[in-house]
Amino acid sequence: MELVCPAGSLSALKVAVDSGADAVYIGFKDDTNARHFAGLNFADKKAQNGLDYARQKGVKVFVAINTYSQAAGWSRWQKAVDTAQDLGVSALICADMAVLDYASERYPDLPLHLSVQGSATNYETLKFYKNNFGIRRAVLPRVLSLKQVEAVAKYSPVELEVFAFGSLCIMAEGRCYLSSYLTDESPNTCGACSPAKDVRWEQTDAGLEARLNNVLIDRFEEGENAGYPTLCKGRFKTGDRTFHAIEEPTSLNTVELIPELHAAGIKAVKIEGRQRSPAYVENVVRTWRRAIDHYKMNPDNFKVKKQWKDDLAKVSEGNQTTLGAYTRAWQ
Amino acid sequence: MKLSLGPILYYWTKQKTLEFYEQAADSDVDIIYLGETVCSKRRELSAQDWIDLAKSLSQSGKQVVLSTLTLLAAESELKVLRKLCNNGDIMVEANDMAGVQLMSEQGVPFVSGPAINVYNARALKVMKKQGVCRWVMPVELGRDTLQDLLSDAKDMGVLDGLETEVYAYGRLPLAYSARCFTARYYDLPKDNCQLKCIDHPEGLSVHSQEDDELFSLNGIQTMSGRTYNLEGELSTMQGMSVDIARISPELGITFDKVDQFRKALAGSAQTIALAEAECNGYWFKVPGMDQVISAE
Repeated sequence: MELVCPAGSLSALKVAVDSGADAVYIGFKDDTNARHFAGLNFADKKAQNGLDYARQKGVKVFVAINTYSQAAGWSRWQKAVDTAQDLGVSALICADMAVLDYASERYPDLPLHLSVQGSATNYETLKFYKNNFGIRRAVLPRVLSLKQVEAVAKYSPVELEVFAFGSLCIMAEGRCYLSSYLTDESPNTCGACSPAKDVRWEQTDAGLEARLNNVLIDRFEEGENAGYPTLCKGRFKTGDRTFHAIEEPTSLNTVELIPELHAAGIKAVKIEGRQRSPAYVENVVRTWRRAIDHYKMNPDNFKVKKQWKDDLAKVSEGNQTTLGAYTRAWQ
Repeated sequence: MKLSLGPILYYWTKQKTLEFYEQAADSDVDIIYLGETVCSKRRELSAQDWIDLAKSLSQSGKQVVLSTLTLLAAESELKVLRKLCNNGDIMVEANDMAGVQLMSEQGVPFVSGPAINVYNARALKVMKKQGVCRWVMPVELGRDTLQDLLSDAKDMGVLDGLETEVYAYGRLPLAYSARCFTARYYDLPKDNCQLKCIDHPEGLSVHSQEDDELFSLNGIQTMSGRTYNLEGELSTMQGMSVDIARISPELGITFDKVDQFRKALAGSAQTIALAEAECNGYWFKVPGMDQVISAE
């Protein structure tokens, strides 16, 4: 199984490469990718440097061009595809049919992966993307149970990549407009969810308040771990309850599923977190490299080591991890 | 401009549903969409029931369209999808690429629903190639984006024989999840959800701790807390050659809204002001929950 790792900066890319990534994925410095955050991502020259570094060490570079273009901005998406082709990247990760159409028509030899933002949750959908754009791989959304992943894999006409570790999107990616409902930006349109420009922190008598475009997302008492106010992870009032009505802050960690994912024929596992620090990337990539290598050496006797769990918990949201949708109980 | 009734997004009892469609048959809408688009566990009406209901409704002279599930993960869900797509008679609205794939294999014209991510003219062109004869704009897009998109599509020659529909009234379908939030509220696992959403025919309200109504939970679907209302924008839509305005069913008030929209279209409406719990932000490219007072 290929270990696909996030790189939001050149230093994160180098750390990922040195820590055991088989592939890294990056985005350009604009709204053509789903981690369009200030201070993140690659301008042309940095991308070239990153590519050179990865290539020397035999590591692939994928470029995410995985937001949805609107008429006025189309030239940016087109340019992103052209730039990636010129750089000679290993593959593009795309969601918008227009981007897939353009890339497959213009550069038929450039491998295309369907981004998780393309919302492919079944093999009929995968057939559509294979038939129309010749995609070679698809990244599955984090909404499928392990059984469902196995079923998709059984009939999939393309390679599959699944999420292994990182922030947990609870909604089917590419199908969530919660962020643009509360702010004016969403992952699909702008590559941003709960954008930082709309976040306000305020210490009040009632506690530390986290707001998103003035909407109170959560209020923390002293000593509580105050996480970023991603809107689906806030505490809200429903009926007579005030609780995490949608999801609590937690990270996905599937290290214990390595044997099952391998047996299902999953080709690659993805670490989330282009917005995270090089230290996060190093910790997660190194741990996952060890886990995968450990599995390969002795596939019949794979046991999750406590050390891996401890290391990964340190960089998890709310210091806790879950198997997420892979287990039915969580659903 | 025509008016359509979207599929009922909530889980209503069979009786409530059938009564609703009796009224729909006599109402002043041109197109009726029906079917389960949210959760495959909702079986007050089976796939066959929906097909039969669709066939009987087409006798009323309205165009009837079968809407399909949005988030398809299980083989059993694909099986139902195939049954609907192969019905041989009634037009289909695809809400997932699986539906698009099946309909394009058949070479039968179909509708691309609001959950299909068409954000630009080139994507619309791809969809038209699959056999799409009508597309519904994703709900997070608005006037200016639509204007640009239609203008590009016209230049590309994509608009011939293609209708454009805008989701114009009702709580907005904003997100789909693996998790059932209604079951979560009741501390029930999804596999044993006891179909609790049937007790929430208008969804389950989510407020901020300051009592702002934010969302409405509808099983695995998260909807807007406020009701989207583009009644005041219908004349703008007409000017943009939007063909159809969609009214999404809301308990008790749907057919009053149909009448109001009809009056607004005829230009005989009094001044149109939104209620406090209504929004129209997406249309004006501001946060969806906002209410913008139109300059007109």
